[in-house]
Amino acid sequence: MRIPPPIAMLAELTHRCPLSCPYCSNPIALAQKDQELPTETWISAFEQAAELGVLQLHLSGGEPASRPDLTELISGARAAGLYTNLITSAIGITERRLAALDEAGLDHIQLSLQGTDAEMADHIGGYKGGYKRKMQAAGWIKDLGIPLTLNTVLHRKNLHQLPRAIEMALEMGARRLEVAIVQFHGWALKNRNVLMPTKEQAAEASRIVDEARVRLKGQLVLDYVPADYHSDTPKRCMGGWGMLGLNIAPDGQVLPCHAAQTIENLTFQSIRDTSLRDIWYDGAAFNAYRGEDWMQEPCRSCELKKRDFGGCRCQAMAIAGDPAATDPVCGKSPLNARVKAMVAENNASTDGTLIYRTL
Amino acid sequence: MSLDDASVPVIPRGVRLHMDKVRDRWVLLAPERTIALDPIAHAILQEIDGIRSFGAIVAGLAEKYAAPPEQIKGDAGEYIQGLIDRRILETAP
Repeated sequence: MRIPPPIAMLAELTHRCPLSCPYCSNPIALAQKDQELPTETWISAFEQAAELGVLQLHLSGGEPASRPDLTELISGARAAGLYTNLITSAIGITERRLAALDEAGLDHIQLSLQGTDAEMADHIGGYKGGYKRKMQAAGWIKDLGIPLTLNTVLHRKNLHQLPRAIEMALEMGARRLEVAIVQFHGWALKNRNVLMPTKEQAAEASRIVDEARVRLKGQLVLDYVPADYHSDTPKRCMGGWGMLGLNIAPDGQVLPCHAAQTIENLTFQSIRDTSLRDIWYDGAAFNAYRGEDWMQEPCRSCELKKRDFGGCRCQAMAIAGDPAATDPVCGKSPLNARVKAMVAENNASTDGTLIYRTL
Repeated sequence: MSLDDASVPVIPRGVRLHMDKVRDRWVLLAPERTIALDPIAHAILQEIDGIRSFGAIVAGLAEKYAAPPEQIKGDAGEYIQGLIDRRILETAP
């Protein structure tokens, strides 16, 4: 098969973060500060990515602002010709630092929202006073005119706040709002029984998004990630394994997606000792689930395989214990009845206790 | 909704034209979006300087490509309005 060049790269600059959200997408085993890549290795990775065909760079974490060299990294990425998107909680970013990032050529900020008031946001983020600091930073972003997307992760505890989140996006001057219902990878998997929305909540969220898209056409764009496990069709994960994008972890490991390290039979290469081009085109992990040869039944003989690629490999790993299995969220999976039973049981259960992320 | 002749389309901050050398094509880079441009779309976007009105852009394109202004107005208007609806382009206040 012909392997296309990657179009997007997620650079997880650090796993350090002032927040400890119980749905953090970082792996359970977090990279420590002394394992993080130095500035010059990141900048080399950005240059290699641009040469390889990457156009969009997402600078994430952890909290990317925990890196003192963030301004330098953004300058380097812009010099390489990349579109730079900073994915941040904005907690701890000063007005002066934002101005420096702006000066360095930052294209866009994606600001996370844990809740629409201090009580909810500080409870979910596990950081008292965080909401107030975030709102202050949102004001500075607006004053500087940096293009903004507001990103809210919704789950059982805060899904009722979606209408207010839409209003807040408008007040902040955001062009886009990402409404992402929690996906069960990383720390979210540990908290699945507490975070999974009820079927009624998931349906209500879809209704609110549909209504807002019509009402706010031309004013606010809504991107929507529907509830995990509630659908009969699996997610079109990553637009295909190793087809569109790649991820570099804080320690330099290059991954096909941010949850790929949960697939234990894969070994990953590092940007410290192998070129990005070699990893993308020839790396064993990137080639493991490219194309269709690895598929099992019912995917192999299913016409939907070209559309959904068999669903999410990490989800197959998490539920079926086999990364090459059909995503068990799919109605055609032999394990789907087990998923449905889990959702039904969860629907009826009352709240449990959140497990917060710890470094 | 359609653009009137006096409105001035703008490529706002956070959106830029970029030559994608690896794929040998022009793209429009925007927040979380990459839009591949065919030669017609590229020609339209190149005319948008944040100063000239839509009417002036249409007249310029009609002359440059020796095409009927009404046809250009329809095609370019639809294309630009589509990008405005997606919050990728704006009109000057």
